[in-house]
Amino acid sequence: MVKLVGGVGTSHVPSIGAAIDLGKTQEPYWKPLFAGYETARQWMKEANPDVVIIVYNDHASAFSLRLIPTFLIGVADEFLPADEGYGPRDVPVVQGDARLAWHLAESLILDEFDLAIANEMPVDHGLTVPLSIMCDQPDAWPCKVIPLCVNVIQYPPPTGMRCYKLGKAIRRALDSYDDNLKVAIFGTGGMSHQLQGERAGIINQEFDIDFLNKLGSDPESVARIPHAEYIMETGSEGIEMIMWIVMRGALDDKVQEIYRHYHVPASNTASGLIIFEND
Amino acid sequence: MFFLSLNEAEAREAFRANEEACLARYPMTAEQRQAVLDRDWLGMLRLGGNVYYTFKLATVDGISMQALGGAMCGMTEEEFIEVMITGGKDQQGNPRRGPNVLEQGNG
Repeated sequence: MVKLVGGVGTSHVPSIGAAIDLGKTQEPYWKPLFAGYETARQWMKEANPDVVIIVYNDHASAFSLRLIPTFLIGVADEFLPADEGYGPRDVPVVQGDARLAWHLAESLILDEFDLAIANEMPVDHGLTVPLSIMCDQPDAWPCKVIPLCVNVIQYPPPTGMRCYKLGKAIRRALDSYDDNLKVAIFGTGGMSHQLQGERAGIINQEFDIDFLNKLGSDPESVARIPHAEYIMETGSEGIEMIMWIVMRGALDDKVQEIYRHYHVPASNTASGLIIFEND
Repeated sequence: MFFLSLNEAEAREAFRANEEACLARYPMTAEQRQAVLDRDWLGMLRLGGNVYYTFKLATVDGISMQALGGAMCGMTEEEFIEVMITGGKDQQGNPRRGPNVLEQGNG
């Protein structure tokens, strides 16, 4: 049986990845953000998961209006960094865990979560920036990764409650696996931000902090937040926070908050990070 | 599909070489093509271009996400960065102009 070593919620802002790639993390603009990542990286080293399930969204890299999977699991042995319009990030190739990924696919689909399955797809900043945040710049990522994509950029995205239930189904799948792996799950994206239109630049610290507070103690209330509330209160891209709810659903009902870091701004975004362990 | 093509280095080069010829290959309205040629970012959004697609064009031009955000609300990149550093905008879209960098953590 798998040991679920923890859940991490983190933003996946592309410019955070660029700051790491271009050696800017100690510049005054970025330093306070990266200072907050040190404890998270230490946690990652100590937790030392064999596999991380990363719940993220693709940004017109592997998928687009041509094909819009609501939920998708990547089952390949490796995933190459995507060219998103500025060349692929110079980060290690992401190694998959096909055996666990296929077990997840089977368990989830027979549990009535009908995910799409991808054998080949590039992974964009949504997946690689969280790895950089948690692992810095290793020659190879210290863990295998199972990508789990959620559509949040083309209406209609799934509901927060559907995401919460998916998390619970992921947990049932992990609990029925026949190998003693250490697994972590990351929910990524957010927090409040709007990249486009006249309201570009929305930040709602009050909403974000309330979300962080309730995600641990009252996840069902967070799961019931409607799409329109995210858009009105946190900007058009704040809806990404539903992916944190998948992560929370995979954990026990009662969790311990290990660490939290919140910083405004990272480019156009309120950057949040939270680590939970089962209590 | 035009914006999506910019995920490939060759397509980016072809676009740089001849924007109009490149745009003519895609099923776009005349209005959409003109918005691209004019770099009318808000116009592209109104004509159906989600920012994750139009940002690929901004990247070809060497424009940052902050400059793009500013362009959509009538600010320079510097003005937009300043708005973000002072807490961003409220839900109505008005700059908060609050204290510098907001922080919360237990680290």
